[in-house]
Amino acid sequence: MGKRSAKGWLYLLPAILFLGFFLVYPLVDVFVYSFEESYNFASQTYAGVGTFNYSYILRDPYFLQAIKNTFILVIITVPVSTGLALVISLALNSIERLRRLFQTVYFLPYVTNTLAVGLVFMILFQRTPYTDGFVNLMLSWFGAGPVDFIDGPYAAKMFVLCLYTVWIVLPFKILILTSALASVSKDYYNAARIDNTPPFRVFRKITLPMISPSIVYLVITGFIGAFKAYSDAVALFGTNLNAAGMNTIVGYVYDMLYGSSGGYPSYASAAAIVLFVIVLTITVINLLVSRKHVHYNS
Amino acid sequence: MKVSVRDLTKIFPARGRKKGEDVVAAGHVSFEIEDGELIGLLGPSGCGKSTILNLLCGLLQPTEGRIFFGEEDVTDLPAEQRGVGMVFQNYALYPHLTVMQNIMFPLQNFKGDRKLSREEIKKRTDEAARLVQIDGLMDRKPAELSGGQQQRVAIARALVKMPRILLMDEPLSNLDARLRLQTREEIRRIQRETGITTVFVTHDQDEAMSISDRIIVMQSGVVNQIGKPQEVYDSPANLFVAKFLGNPQINTFRGAVRGGEVYVGGDCILPADGIPDGEVIVGVRPEGLIPAPDGALGCRLRGVEVMGRDISVLAEHDASEAATVRSIVSAENIAMLGGGTVRFDIKPGKAFVFAADTGLRLDGRRADG
Amino acid sequence: MDKNFTGAGKAARIRKKIFRALVYLFLVFWGLVVLFPFYWMVLTSIKGYGAYNSEYIPQLYTVAPTLENYVEAFTSVPLGRYFLNTIIFTVGTTAIMLVVTVLAAYAFARLEFRGKNLVFLLFLSLMMIPSELVVITNFVTITNLDLRNTFTGLILPSVTSVFYIYLLKENFEQVPDQLYYAAKVDGTSDLKYMFKVMIPICRPTIVTITILKVIECWNSYVWPRLITDDADYYLVSNGIQAIRESGFGRENIPAMMAAVVAISVPLIVLFVIFRKMIMEGVSRGGTKG
Repeated sequence: MGKRSAKGWLYLLPAILFLGFFLVYPLVDVFVYSFEESYNFASQTYAGVGTFNYSYILRDPYFLQAIKNTFILVIITVPVSTGLALVISLALNSIERLRRLFQTVYFLPYVTNTLAVGLVFMILFQRTPYTDGFVNLMLSWFGAGPVDFIDGPYAAKMFVLCLYTVWIVLPFKILILTSALASVSKDYYNAARIDNTPPFRVFRKITLPMISPSIVYLVITGFIGAFKAYSDAVALFGTNLNAAGMNTIVGYVYDMLYGSSGGYPSYASAAAIVLFVIVLTITVINLLVSRKHVHYNS
Repeated sequence: MKVSVRDLTKIFPARGRKKGEDVVAAGHVSFEIEDGELIGLLGPSGCGKSTILNLLCGLLQPTEGRIFFGEEDVTDLPAEQRGVGMVFQNYALYPHLTVMQNIMFPLQNFKGDRKLSREEIKKRTDEAARLVQIDGLMDRKPAELSGGQQQRVAIARALVKMPRILLMDEPLSNLDARLRLQTREEIRRIQRETGITTVFVTHDQDEAMSISDRIIVMQSGVVNQIGKPQEVYDSPANLFVAKFLGNPQINTFRGAVRGGEVYVGGDCILPADGIPDGEVIVGVRPEGLIPAPDGALGCRLRGVEVMGRDISVLAEHDASEAATVRSIVSAENIAMLGGGTVRFDIKPGKAFVFAADTGLRLDGRRADG
Repeated sequence: MDKNFTGAGKAARIRKKIFRALVYLFLVFWGLVVLFPFYWMVLTSIKGYGAYNSEYIPQLYTVAPTLENYVEAFTSVPLGRYFLNTIIFTVGTTAIMLVVTVLAAYAFARLEFRGKNLVFLLFLSLMMIPSELVVITNFVTITNLDLRNTFTGLILPSVTSVFYIYLLKENFEQVPDQLYYAAKVDGTSDLKYMFKVMIPICRPTIVTITILKVIECWNSYVWPRLITDDADYYLVSNGIQAIRESGFGRENIPAMMAAVVAISVPLIVLFVIFRKMIMEGVSRGGTKG
């Protein structure tokens, strides 16, 4: 037994080393950092232990702005992207011809570099002295005035950020929902047809309950993902998100860590833990709510 | 409700990469079902019986032909408006709804002047549940029921809206053998009590024979014979029907008609009754072969299988299509067997003559079915 | 009565046809929304610098396509260098990940040892840890180890993915035990069994996690940004960001788009080749990022 046991641990050793060093240790350490006050990066010394880091970031207007931005982003993009994905998936599921082609096209954004395509969105929406950009061209067809979506009003910037986020996260949601819809047996729909069930009732009483576990999964992962938004904002507004007023919580963490505003791992840790607590709370609430309303087939 | 099917044809066009031929799932099918009848639609898998069922309920549109419910032409009515009840092979019970919610589901779809009040829905749901004897299980989910109970719920759901006709697609195939016997009696009882015209699809001839008023035997999309089970058994229209009905299967021999006699090997076994000379296939039911010392047909004896009340005499014959020739006799006849050969008398009415090429019945005893 | 019903059936069928047409219209519309940015980046990348800047109203096509922007993209900024870095990073990370993952999955699926279930449970719980939490300490660690602006520093913290271990373990467990016992009776060592039996049988899953990891590496931005400030070690994501903020002098958007096209193409090619595997792998539980 002893020798066989040793073999098992030997095979696991690389994984344990990597995970221990880069996942478990940092996890513990981040809590430690967040309570060490006036941590000095260079000398690796700190003045005391307490909650000062938390009270600092919670009073930092940049952090509050980041929290506000993140919450707006979450509240808009999670329902919009899930709802849109559901509509698209229902449409996909109702056709046979060209379905594969549409599925493939819709999945494309998943395999693109967020930073790179973000630049495309930027030039589509940006208004410069040389051009109003393509989106403003379209707006002008409807008689709407040119808006600078990248350096202009907050609402316009938030709109682009939400739009781009939805564009990026949709492929995953469409993929999950189409496979969930496809796995609902045709017999249920045939039975409903024979009983002359109105389409909306079929959707509400059959389709929706049958795919509800996938929807819950998407809502939960959607919340988690949206709370961690960062690189899409960078792609659209550049690395100096604080100046653009478009920073996110994760962006704040990185800015505290690195770059011109960086060098404060304690603040970064405190912010990361605040984020973690928010995400955990929301996830738990989601799970509790869904347990009441979801049909799990087993 | 009387149902007439006239010249019904369904062709599935060849599709996609497989540039094969069109599939004729049903070809010029015609039959009539009397009000209150229980019809067994019988045939091997792929014979088109499920296609017929789906055409009847409207899930499929025919390529040609018409369907009438009573006097009304329903061919162009979509499934939603045909008012049929259907029991699916795997029941298609909604897994997230309780038994009660499943049964009342169709009633809640009624609109306009057919719309039912809450009390009426409740009343009719309870009635349907009582009819199939599941009224004690109303709050369970389908996953908490046995196969037989799920089957009953499916029947209740199909019946609760008082459909014009009831369609059942292989309703017993997901049940174990014991439950299958029990449930088929149950279906018969429910059908009698409600008097609803019912079409019942199955590939199991025992099942079809035991509960149907009449059976329709199909093969490759074509109706081979329609009639009362016993009539079809006693007088099959062709070789396929003869082989498909009856368990154990009918014995078949390659034979020939010469000068007004039917020969198998060297033995003259039957009068030919005006069948012209030529190659034929002779089918003899196992119970139509009676061991007799001076019987008409000589076979090599292989052995005896005792099955309680009856025994099977197993023999071989060079002209037999199957490896084994089987005769079923009651157990007291066993004493007279012995030696390497056995001779059989052919019981009249249990032997049929078919054309070797077309398989059509040649001897005249065929009753019109 | 007959006619009425027949009429109702026809009307219903016509309504169905119209509805179907609307569905297709919607799907095509959304397809355009998805594809338009791709079209726009390719289009812009082949417009001449002068032509682009003289278009106050953006044109949906170009009459004089040019490849000069691609030349510009690869010469005036070290885009080739970024590519090379990304390839080194991707290959290194994915290769180490595969070794670590296969060994761990094999241990969980095939070997018996004390505490296996407990360790597996711990591994699973690690899946919940968001990378944002641990990146801070990792940044400090790598900085203190003087590994900034090195491939070691880029690769090592990016290696492990508990989810892939889980995915592969599940797949390994589907290989029948009898094969293992048969191999043992024949005197096959565990390592040989793993290479000769398990890995070939589970190749589709291994390919899937490889591709998913490659996509992840190719798109990684945050960690490389933290750990590199020397352009010699930039990956494509950081490169594109640098180009956006300071590359090509003022506002050479066509050249920028040429760079964007260049770094998007490899993944799209990969996707076209492995479409089925990628989509299946992602639907089994990958999320972006």
